[in-house]
Amino acid sequence: MSSAEAATPEVEEETAETAIDLRAEYESSGVKEVLEELDRDLIGLAPVKKRIRETAALLLVERARKRLGLAHQTPTLHMSFTGNPGTGKTTVAMKMADLLHRLGYVRKGHLVTVTRDDLVGQYIGHTAPKTKEILKKAMGGVLFIDEAYYLYRPENERDYGQEAIEILLQVMENQRDDLVVILAGYADRMDRFFESNPGFRSRIAHHIDFPDYSDDELLHIAEHMLDEQNYSLTPAAEAALKDYIEARRRQPHFANARSIRNALDRARLRQANRLFENAEGPLDAAALSAIDETDIRASRVFTGGLNGAKGGEEGGSA
Amino acid sequence: MRITQGAFSFLPDLTDEQITRQVQYCIDNGWAVNLEFTDDPHPRNTYWDMWGHPMFDVADAAGVLYELNECRKVYGDSHYIRLSAFDASHGWESVKLSFIVNRPKAEEAGFWLQRSEGQGRNIRYTTHPYATRKPEGERYT
Repeated sequence: MSSAEAATPEVEEETAETAIDLRAEYESSGVKEVLEELDRDLIGLAPVKKRIRETAALLLVERARKRLGLAHQTPTLHMSFTGNPGTGKTTVAMKMADLLHRLGYVRKGHLVTVTRDDLVGQYIGHTAPKTKEILKKAMGGVLFIDEAYYLYRPENERDYGQEAIEILLQVMENQRDDLVVILAGYADRMDRFFESNPGFRSRIAHHIDFPDYSDDELLHIAEHMLDEQNYSLTPAAEAALKDYIEARRRQPHFANARSIRNALDRARLRQANRLFENAEGPLDAAALSAIDETDIRASRVFTGGLNGAKGGEEGGSA
Repeated sequence: MRITQGAFSFLPDLTDEQITRQVQYCIDNGWAVNLEFTDDPHPRNTYWDMWGHPMFDVADAAGVLYELNECRKVYGDSHYIRLSAFDASHGWESVKLSFIVNRPKAEEAGFWLQRSEGQGRNIRYTTHPYATRKPEGERYT
């Protein structure tokens, strides 16, 4: 409603306003805060941040042009986020929804995260209502479709995914003001998905690629995560974690920050176990929050890792 | 005769933009918006058919308008469609706002008044919509 209310005074301003201070606009719209938050909360991801900055600039300029009565068209805002798992696609999507909301391109700014299962039905006539239900929920906000390529299954020509794709495309085209769609997934599989669904490619304006994190960045992220949970690494543990990241990267199913989070969860488990079994007498806060080298070194990543443990079952495929 | 039921019915029909604003008001208050349709305009006909489910988790009026347009595609020419907002909060649990958002394209025929004389020349009155003389689905075609 606020956008509609804001529209009325603008009509009068249109004739009066002859210049817009982009800098002031940048600060007053709250875009600055979102971008600063992005810089602060997300480690690495330089190219992504750059693209988001550019997109924000474009949207700001577009909005200013509209205010001055220059020719403008609602820019296509649908996006695709490609990158390996655990590179921060969902987190960035959330920030993006916030950004678009503050710029007034979506009215509510909520994020609805779905996968194939939420869109595609199980029997004939089930898919359309399911997809529409999700679309209705996402209207006024951002619809984030994770692993979007699963929607399209070329090997089964009667797959219901096609039906969901058609409804999606129709709404993406006709209700551009109501809904922004973000597709996400692995880069190579998304490329193949776009090749076989040219309708999607042409309706998506922004392709943003998420690079893998470097070892240093992952260590940073680990420290950031632990800090939030009031844990800390001993110097020896930090060295161990460095080795862990290096070793883990070479093993299958490496999922960047998510792997790190899981590793830290297991380290906390081992730490709790260690304290429980070895503790004599009362423990202070420092002891309860310190993660030691042994908690990390005990990981099976150091003993041949997933390859050694699962070698019998699926070593070949990985 | 123009049917007047629910809120705003003595005003000109609401435009889609006005409907959007009303719906957004309902959603912002946390009410679930329903779409119902009928071709029996009798004021005592409280059981209209529902179009889909009540929309509990829609955040923006655009979602409701989308369903309304879908419903209009099917029933817009021949049925009344109304929109009602249900407040589920404890102590209320009732419809807070209800208004007509679509009228049949054909002329609204109105009602006839039936007088029946009973014992002692008592008169009882009943109203019947002219529309309901025809079977369901053929009333406004």
